[in-house]
Amino acid sequence: MVRHPLSLTAMAVVLLAMPVVSHAAAGKQTPNAPGEETAVAADAASGTSPATSEAADADTPAAETAQGSTEHAEAAHGEYEMDHLNWSFNGIFGAYDRASLQRGFQIYKEVCSACHSMTRLSYRNLSALGYNDGEVKAIAASVTVSDGPNDEGEMFDRPGRPSDHFKSPFPNVQAAKAGNGGAYPPDLSLIAKARHGGADYIHAILTGYSEPPAGKELMSGQYWNRAMHGNIIAMPPPLTDGRVAYSDNSPQTLEQYSRDVSQFLTWAAEPHMEERKRIGIKAFLFMLVLTGVLFGVKKKIWADQH
Amino acid sequence: MSAGPREPFENPVIEWFDSRLPIFTMMQKEYGVFPTPKNFNYFWSFGGIAMTMLILMIVTGIFLAMNYTPQENMAFDSVEHIMRDVNYGWMLRYLHMNGASFFFIAVYTHIFRGMYYGSYKKPRELLWILGVIIFLLMMATAFMGYTLPWSQMGGWAATVITNLFSAIPFVGDSIVTLLLGGFAVGNPTLNRFFALHYLLPFVIVGIVFVHVWALHVTGSNNPLGIDVKGPQDTLAFSPYYTAKDMFGLAVFMLAYIAVTFFAPNMLAHPDHYIQYNALQTPAHIVPEWYFLPFYAMLRGITFGFNLYILAGIGIIGAALWPVYTKGKALKDPLLGMTIIPAVTDFGQYSKKFFTMLAIAGVVFMLGYFSQTMGLPLPFSKWVLLDSKLGGVIAMFGSIAILFVMPWLDSHPVRSARFRPQFKVAVLAMTASVAILGYIGAQTADAMLFGVIQWVYIGQILTGYYFAFFVIILPWLSVTEKASPMPNSINEAVLQENARKAGAR
Repeated sequence: MVRHPLSLTAMAVVLLAMPVVSHAAAGKQTPNAPGEETAVAADAASGTSPATSEAADADTPAAETAQGSTEHAEAAHGEYEMDHLNWSFNGIFGAYDRASLQRGFQIYKEVCSACHSMTRLSYRNLSALGYNDGEVKAIAASVTVSDGPNDEGEMFDRPGRPSDHFKSPFPNVQAAKAGNGGAYPPDLSLIAKARHGGADYIHAILTGYSEPPAGKELMSGQYWNRAMHGNIIAMPPPLTDGRVAYSDNSPQTLEQYSRDVSQFLTWAAEPHMEERKRIGIKAFLFMLVLTGVLFGVKKKIWADQH
Repeated sequence: MSAGPREPFENPVIEWFDSRLPIFTMMQKEYGVFPTPKNFNYFWSFGGIAMTMLILMIVTGIFLAMNYTPQENMAFDSVEHIMRDVNYGWMLRYLHMNGASFFFIAVYTHIFRGMYYGSYKKPRELLWILGVIIFLLMMATAFMGYTLPWSQMGGWAATVITNLFSAIPFVGDSIVTLLLGGFAVGNPTLNRFFALHYLLPFVIVGIVFVHVWALHVTGSNNPLGIDVKGPQDTLAFSPYYTAKDMFGLAVFMLAYIAVTFFAPNMLAHPDHYIQYNALQTPAHIVPEWYFLPFYAMLRGITFGFNLYILAGIGIIGAALWPVYTKGKALKDPLLGMTIIPAVTDFGQYSKKFFTMLAIAGVVFMLGYFSQTMGLPLPFSKWVLLDSKLGGVIAMFGSIAILFVMPWLDSHPVRSARFRPQFKVAVLAMTASVAILGYIGAQTADAMLFGVIQWVYIGQILTGYYFAFFVIILPWLSVTEKASPMPNSINEAVLQENARKAGAR
């Protein structure tokens, strides 16, 4: 066969350049878009009420907060690069750190769940964090869920079961907004996949609070956060050193809390990641061997042609 | 597929079956002994790879459909249900989602192969056209599949793309309403997109069958682009090409497995994981990577087509008339007057041709600057085609033009190996498409090195894309001198083998 390096180059362009180039380009987009705090309101719809009920979003204070802040914080945005941490789940052999996941769940339970729902998770899913059946049942039973109607047509309260979804702090989106100064705290089930940067982004937000720089006036209910697009966020700083008491001897610092809860939220968004990588490694190795065999077969069959 | 004379099989069961329905005879003829040029490179594996991806998409898609709910309040939840609770649902979904990308990688490579080696030329025009139809159907199918998870990105992409049709004069708005099943993206949109997303792959299968049928009538092209002259030029399809294609497929699958299992969201976007909200426009709506070059062309037409621009295009048409007609004169049927004289020698015509192109370029640029930078010229506000419709025409035209490619390029030599000028032109066109893909992913005001807006680069590349088909291909058809070619496939292969043996 005539060798043609030029055609090989062209093939490389078509095969590799287009997806890679467009991926690179996609990665360079604004990390978090203006109006993000309200964009996530759509997440809420998955919980209790249909998407169309979000009707009046555009004029909620949250929307104003995010959009109004865009212009004067534009300078600050772009200078900030979030840290890329060395997560245990990075890489093709990466796995979740069970102890960190449990601590992260503890933080969610004791802090985040006061405002943020996680409706796509069930208590039974927690067994993946290393809890045994009894522990999962106990965690589920610690909440009271409304069930029914019973045979008399009455709704009734009962202790939670492992098959129940995580209990939401608010009965509906409107109640959540009303309880949070008009800003909807997004559901966290998918948050790690719904933001550029995933765990790095969550970590950056949780550790990104500070006093606003001189000359920046904040309205009540607004906080300064270097990782937030526009730098103004409606969520008060949720974590501070020593806020949650760990039962193991991990440091009870903001940094550690933030890492643990980021790990937990990544698991929540992608619970099958470890199985996916395990199967992927097997499939890849199988295919690699098969490719070698097929190469040998091809060589042998074509031997009489060379 | 016809009956005809038939060699009996030794195995009695096969013989019993085959004498009643000659499937074995047909398979033996079409995939066993089928004479195939002996000089294929690995570019020729991509047809089979694309076929494999099509089957894989249909199989994973059917299992996904068993667990999916096409209802606006439940679609997003049902996809998450697949990802979390259905056994191996995450695998089906990621295989399907990344499978679309790899299907397009295979098909784009396949199309490039066809262009580079001139596979679209006589006698394979119909084969090529069937391929372009498959490509169009794939795009429609992929676009509708993008919408089904009912995410912010999918729902808004549906809004943007269907709105393009509103640019069509008079009937545009009615077409949009018909596509959406309402005045905005909603439940009826999701329902019809799901129905069509399930239907179209089977239409593609049907056309692929006809595509392969046509291929088996004309026989395959080959890297030299010269016809098969006898049995010494060919090999039996099996085992030679079954073995080679299996190896090529396996290498492709390695890449597919790596992305699907280790970086399944590499080609996706965070907005895919936020449920669609009709009242909250995402900051940056982007289509899938395989649509980005066409999206860049759509956005690149930022100017209306005024009289100057149309005059420029008209002059190009006049300059090309003798080229398109192989030298015939253009006569005015009413006045009996010769408007464009006959051309006997394109070498002599070239000076005139390029002068006309230069004039056309100047006129076009005047129109362009009057549209974009407010250059004050008389009548420059008379726009016959606004920028929106122009963009839509550019986007759809970039694919429609592929249908007539076999007639735009009538050069007798097929392969770019023996056409030095065509080779440069076609590779530059490929690079343009790749760079347009990059531009399509940028925000509208993105800058290159902070110096020039990408959109201007996109306009130049879009211009080159169309010039390649409309100007360069016909011009090279009548002027390009091919380099010397081997007498036969066999001769070239033997020479190459000897050269390799000598090098050892």
